[in-house]
Amino acid sequence: MLIACPYCGPRDLSEFTYQGDANRTRPNPMSNDQSAWNAYVYERVNPAGDHREFWQHSGGCRAHLAVIRSTLTHEIKSVAFAREAAK
Amino acid sequence: MALYLRWPAGVIYTVPQSQRFIRAGTRMAEYSFLSLLRNALSGNEDWKPAWRKPDPRPTYDVIVIGGGGHGLSTAYYLAKEHGITNVAVLEKGYLGSGNVGRNTTIVRSNYLLPENIRFYEHSMKLWENLSHDLNYNVMFSQRGVLNLAHTPAQMDEHARRGNAMRHEGGDAVLLGREEVARMVPGLDMSASARFPVLGGLLQPRAGTARHDAVAWGYARGADRRGVDILENCEVTGFLREGERVVGVTTTRGEIRAKKVAVAVAGSTGRVMKLAGIDNLPIESHVLQAFVSESLKPLINQVVTFGGGHLYVSQSDKGGLVFGGDLDGYNTYAQRGNLPLVEEVMSELLAMFPNLARVRLLRSWGGVMDMSMDGSPIITPGPLPGMFLNCGWCYGGFKATPASGWCFAHTIARGEAHPLNAAFTLDRFSRGILIDEKGQGATPKWH
Repeated sequence: MLIACPYCGPRDLSEFTYQGDANRTRPNPMSNDQSAWNAYVYERVNPAGDHREFWQHSGGCRAHLAVIRSTLTHEIKSVAFAREAAK
Repeated sequence: MALYLRWPAGVIYTVPQSQRFIRAGTRMAEYSFLSLLRNALSGNEDWKPAWRKPDPRPTYDVIVIGGGGHGLSTAYYLAKEHGITNVAVLEKGYLGSGNVGRNTTIVRSNYLLPENIRFYEHSMKLWENLSHDLNYNVMFSQRGVLNLAHTPAQMDEHARRGNAMRHEGGDAVLLGREEVARMVPGLDMSASARFPVLGGLLQPRAGTARHDAVAWGYARGADRRGVDILENCEVTGFLREGERVVGVTTTRGEIRAKKVAVAVAGSTGRVMKLAGIDNLPIESHVLQAFVSESLKPLINQVVTFGGGHLYVSQSDKGGLVFGGDLDGYNTYAQRGNLPLVEEVMSELLAMFPNLARVRLLRSWGGVMDMSMDGSPIITPGPLPGMFLNCGWCYGGFKATPASGWCFAHTIARGEAHPLNAAFTLDRFSRGILIDEKGQGATPKWH
């Protein structure tokens, strides 16, 4: 699996750390909404197909990335800096 | 003809006289010295199939989705313990093509938390009588599972876990350095090892079983009691009457049932989406497993590495069967990537440097249903008429008997047995997690 880091270019999987599902929305830290926190912490869409997820280029530029990757074929569909994807 | 090599097994597993009478006239496979001899003389062309290949009926009392170990054992115990025989097991591929044939065959019950110890200890007791119960040799070998400790803190943790196991009626022995060295002669016990071995926790009753035989034995046992095992029958949707699940659509047509049970492990997300359940406390990950070329006997137990995550045993054929961590990213592909392969090999060599020139024979991957606390879910629901069995992480094989036993009880009675009462789906939102290692909702660490 190669991930094309927007800063460093295509690099091997071993340089990256998986940071998990990026489909979840973190509630406002002041929120008391139990079901929203439950959904954020424990619930996953876990799709068989395109999955939006966070990776960190921990063995390279250390940038946090938002990646869309197929969970059926491991094909990387898109890579962006996580801070830009979060806007 | 190597017939003489086989006859002791044939004698041990000859069908008892009482059962032989019932089965006279069936044309299903029996294994005995006489049948071995007869088939050897007739060129092995006359063996009967171990289970039927029936066509789906329009309705059943219970449909079990998933013809893996858990689905088959569920059907078996539904018939045996609860007298519910109008049951179909739906398998999308061929029987044994999923995780029941992809694991590293380890059976153990060395858990810390009471809910887990009780459940897995029940499983261990079922394993201990499984070959006799099924009248099918599952080659359950209680060779012991040895967890190595490399730090004083790990020794303390092992002592605590061993005491917890014994407190619940299990077996555990804390071993010192010298005892480990005597028991596993190939292990690197030098003080200069990267992670010097201080001792270990041994569960003597733990061991391995032949995973294909477990699937085949349960399949034959269920089939004998009237269960229809429908292979190449993939579920494509659920039939609903309002909220209630009343059946499934499959690649072999529509099938209705009073109760629909889902036991599909790594495919849980995919199947539950068909029922409109889009979110579950489950992520699917890939776990790789490896077999080396055959060696003379070297490792007599299952040995696990405490400096990382590795477990190895030696099969009766002589191959080393081993595995390590998950690849660590969500996937439904039954294959992994190379960085993990390198990590697993390096951990094996840290334990057994003498294996450096042994060649790898084959490797494969299986899809794991990783739950958010590392413990399983066996529960009625989440929809009326539906029952769910999932969240096995990468420990599903050892649970096969108890999982089916508890799931069958849950399906038959409509409520959980005390052994699986804690394995609910709502325990996450209620804050009563069963997190063996206290690692939180990061499935790749469980």
